[in-house]
Amino acid sequence: MVAEKVQNALRLSAVDEVASRLRLHVGQPLANARAMVPELDVVPSSPHADAALLTQLAEWCDRFTPVVALDAPDGLILDIAGSAHLFGDEEALLARISDTLKASGLGVQAAIAGTALAARALARHRDGMIVCEGEERAAVSPLPVDALKLDPVTTHAFRRAGLKTIGQVASRKRSEIVSRFGAATHARIDEALGERETPISPRAPEPDYWKAKSFAEPVATQDVIQAALREIGAELCDLMVQEGAGARRLEATFFRADGALRRIAVEAGAPVRDAAMIERLFRERLASLADPLDPGFGFDLIRLAASRVERMEVQATSLDAKAREEAEINFLTDRLAARFGRDNVLKIYPQDTHVPERAFLLLPSQQAHHTKAQWRAIRVTREAPRRPLRLLARPEAIAVEEPLRLQWRRAWRTLRHWEGPERIAMEWWRLDEVQTPRDYYRAEDDEGHRYWIYHELAQPPQWFMQGVFA
Amino acid sequence: MLDKSHDRPALALGFAPADAELKGGVRRGSLHEVYARPGHEVSAAGFAAGLALRLSEGKPLLWIGQSFATQEHGGLCPTGLFEFGLDPSKLILLAVAHAEDALRAAGDALTCGALGAVIIEVIGQPKILDLTASRRLVLACEKQGVPALLLRFGAAPQTSASETRWLVKAASSSFAGENWGQPVFDVSLVRNRSGRLGQWVFAWSCDDGRFAERKTPSGALVSAPPDRQAEAA
Repeated sequence: MVAEKVQNALRLSAVDEVASRLRLHVGQPLANARAMVPELDVVPSSPHADAALLTQLAEWCDRFTPVVALDAPDGLILDIAGSAHLFGDEEALLARISDTLKASGLGVQAAIAGTALAARALARHRDGMIVCEGEERAAVSPLPVDALKLDPVTTHAFRRAGLKTIGQVASRKRSEIVSRFGAATHARIDEALGERETPISPRAPEPDYWKAKSFAEPVATQDVIQAALREIGAELCDLMVQEGAGARRLEATFFRADGALRRIAVEAGAPVRDAAMIERLFRERLASLADPLDPGFGFDLIRLAASRVERMEVQATSLDAKAREEAEINFLTDRLAARFGRDNVLKIYPQDTHVPERAFLLLPSQQAHHTKAQWRAIRVTREAPRRPLRLLARPEAIAVEEPLRLQWRRAWRTLRHWEGPERIAMEWWRLDEVQTPRDYYRAEDDEGHRYWIYHELAQPPQWFMQGVFA
Repeated sequence: MLDKSHDRPALALGFAPADAELKGGVRRGSLHEVYARPGHEVSAAGFAAGLALRLSEGKPLLWIGQSFATQEHGGLCPTGLFEFGLDPSKLILLAVAHAEDALRAAGDALTCGALGAVIIEVIGQPKILDLTASRRLVLACEKQGVPALLLRFGAAPQTSASETRWLVKAASSSFAGENWGQPVFDVSLVRNRSGRLGQWVFAWSCDDGRFAERKTPSGALVSAPPDRQAEAA
């Protein structure tokens, strides 16, 4: 028994089975209900808790299909195209969802139909009904107009006009409905009758392709899980081959028999659709998890979803050697990224700037980057390098004294030769930091260490060590 | 252990005295170790980069480093590599946390025949990097013919299955004239499965992408004075 405040009066917002047998109903003023049943057990309503529970249920429903939409405040819409067979048939799927939720103490009504609105209407008025494609009109017609989920004003207007069921509304001419209530209302009627489909808005973006496999006997060992991934991967790849596509992101969802789930994703720098490659990437990823995959008593469903899909033509059997080597390298960097993290496998790109620490860009190897900038030699032929082999993480303050010696990391080094300055103007048009130009010097000490040092054009000059040459 | 590396052609370093002791040069499909003398880490990295270039046959390089190395020894500087003669577009960098991860990554990478070389930069003396680990690396190298370069910072040479082992420190470049500042290495070859050991001072020619004699101010070529060989032994 739940009550909430509506228009300044406490009214019943939900009633349980016992209460409805006592002829209490939703919308009834609480005082009225108390008069009928003095020993009423009332709980204040909590829309936040309801929303949280609905989200939790939606998450749980993910095992039945990746396409789950919230129908707040109390409904969920599942697009089960392509997934019913994993659970036997539609009837078995519906029974499984209803039974499991009922077993956990929730009141459930469910139905299956060709369109979301038809299914929604039926679930609320014909629990357990499964309507075959094309039979929605017959099934939905006897339902009251409020099942159309229209705004209250329109619903009320239909009632006043004597149109109490969806069938009665549908029997009126289209032009009458459109001129009185607008085209949107008519569209909803069509949708309820299964004659028009509007896409639902799933909670998570719908994967481009997905395949799943359910296990009568839950799988728990690593070998079986890998074998399952390979098998599902092969089906997914067949599908992608047919569509001429390849995926750059693959997500495996492992559903545990006890309801817990775990999602694990791998990425690829170039689109893939090779089951062995996909399995290998997941092997690397699974082996590197800080928080390992915990099968508990086993997974009863594993789903593999492909996203970031790109066009991928059927490959000619004889790839030229260069393309083959490139593919081999890509596969290697994908494996390394799966195991060590995508941000730890890097490629280097040039940037058009003179500022030493900005002259290059390190990007994840899987991230495409196109640049017109090119590597340019600063030294002239026969000259020694003008840039160090290693750059310090940040310039370190040093002391420089006459006669030429410098102190870096507490040790004094005697300089035998130095050369400079090479003045590098900082990019003053970048407003993020104010920087003065720097005068750079190359210096070699008596042990043969070669340093890259600079001072900013300020008084007194403060010296910094920025890198070391080979 | 069966030594298959000698079936592969030797790739000359470019510095004749060393190539002579190596029976022509270094070989792909095997393990080469480069130890930095204390304080000479960047020099050793430069020598390793040169060695990798000689071994790579123009193919891409994978440089595996430990994430915390940057704090102490700095990170590879792409513009500097380009000046050195190594095209940064051919380099893939991998940052790992532990030596164990570095070895695992190297084991996987060495199965990729499209790589020119794998450079494994390890700091300190992790226990995991023992004789067995080096044998595993050698086996992995032999399979696809990809060479591995183990670059060691802060470690004393230890027993391994490598084909060559080098101890590297920086040496003075010529001080007068235009060529001062060129990469010059003082190198001890302390393990060599092809021949005798040696100790030389030689330079890296950034223009030609090979090792070379060091140029002196007068333009004459010198190699290390002979008495320094005794010092290294």
